[in-house]
Amino acid sequence: MCLAIPAQIVALLPDAMATVDLGGVRKDISVVLVDGLAVGDYVILHTGFALSRLDPEEALRTLELFAEMGTLAEAQRELAGP
Amino acid sequence: MKFVDEFRDHALAKTLAAKIRAEVRPETRYHVMEFCGGHTHAIFRYGIQDLLPANVRLIHGPGCPVCVLPVGRIDDAVALARDHGVILCTYGDMLRVPGSKRVSLLKAKAEGADVRMVYSSLDALKIARDNPDRQVVFFAIGFETTTPPTAVALQQARAADLKNFTVFCNHVLTPSAIANILESPEVRRLGTLPLDGFVGPAHVSAVIGSRPYEFFAEEYERPVVIAGFEPLDVMQAVLMLVRQLNEGRAEVENEYSRVVTREGNIKAQALVAEVFELRRTFEWRGLGLVPYSALAIKEAFAAWDAERRFAVPARSVPDNKACECGAILRGLKTPRDCKVFGTACTPENPLGSCMVSSEGACAAYYTYGRFRDAG
Repeated sequence: MCLAIPAQIVALLPDAMATVDLGGVRKDISVVLVDGLAVGDYVILHTGFALSRLDPEEALRTLELFAEMGTLAEAQRELAGP
Repeated sequence: MKFVDEFRDHALAKTLAAKIRAEVRPETRYHVMEFCGGHTHAIFRYGIQDLLPANVRLIHGPGCPVCVLPVGRIDDAVALARDHGVILCTYGDMLRVPGSKRVSLLKAKAEGADVRMVYSSLDALKIARDNPDRQVVFFAIGFETTTPPTAVALQQARAADLKNFTVFCNHVLTPSAIANILESPEVRRLGTLPLDGFVGPAHVSAVIGSRPYEFFAEEYERPVVIAGFEPLDVMQAVLMLVRQLNEGRAEVENEYSRVVTREGNIKAQALVAEVFELRRTFEWRGLGLVPYSALAIKEAFAAWDAERRFAVPARSVPDNKACECGAILRGLKTPRDCKVFGTACTPENPLGSCMVSSEGACAAYYTYGRFRDAG
């Protein structure tokens, strides 16, 4: 039910609709719930509606947090020696 | 897929697991309830519990909308399709949930009722436009994620003055269910539900924001970390909860900042407020009658309310006696404690609602974790 997925807007259509790309599959969805969307934006798609915007910068920040942790763990292992 | 695959990275999952192991205090108990079916699904699919130390337990809460809908409402939907001759449209998961005498919507369909699966509320609206001589009922279920799309359908139906479209509204509210779990007399009486923190919903929070959970953090002194549905999101949320509990903090933190803000989707909230109002009480499977926990259609949209048009009775039907869905949804029992789990009740032939949706605890246990706790 709640398994919404990220989708990228490839075209804006009349009547608050848009075409999105889902990893190669195209689909028309309603964007009536999210204002100010542009082609290239990512949204969270759920039951045919864009529920919210997905912020790529925030996504990168979260990923960087994980990556830093990885580097940190590696550095700690190296410091601890064999 | 972008923004999905990156959050499933194996190496990073191992790092996060190591980090959690390093920070967990052996003498401390970390019992964390994930509220969303999406999290339950991810936890089982990726074997997240196996990556965690034994004193970090994940308890699966009532976050699957299909699982919490009581039998009486399913019977009502079956009656609408069978006795009123309507075209009954609903989401796929709902079709297989058995009502009384194991009659599901799918069975009613096999017996001749016009039941149709839709992907979106707008599909139901289209069916109504394409069938002007038939009554079309959209059997609307779900938490705050599916509510705004139902509101849009109701507004469009009113704008077009569509006379043959109504909504059978069963939308429920997440915060009331969490409050009920924390306050429920059964839980207090049995005293067997040790909950130290919550993994907060992902897409529900995209709509309502993280703010509604601040009440739980403050009032019940339980930390809440809102998390995305990918495995790294869930593990990071566990780490953040472990840290809060170690430090004696109880705050709302947001791991899913790429989608969730404190305010949520204000446009969607306004739309929902325009179309729906609170029900004084609503029955939940497993939780019983929960005050102010569900939505009804407002008077201004009465002409599109299936409950009014077809005089749907408010019936309450007890669950099958053998079924432990109620205790499982409350986190008091696990699917393994249920006598019919994996025998009379399987995903192919479900007896209880938790076995139907892939987000239900029993279906997830059956599919991915059936033998894990066997010892």
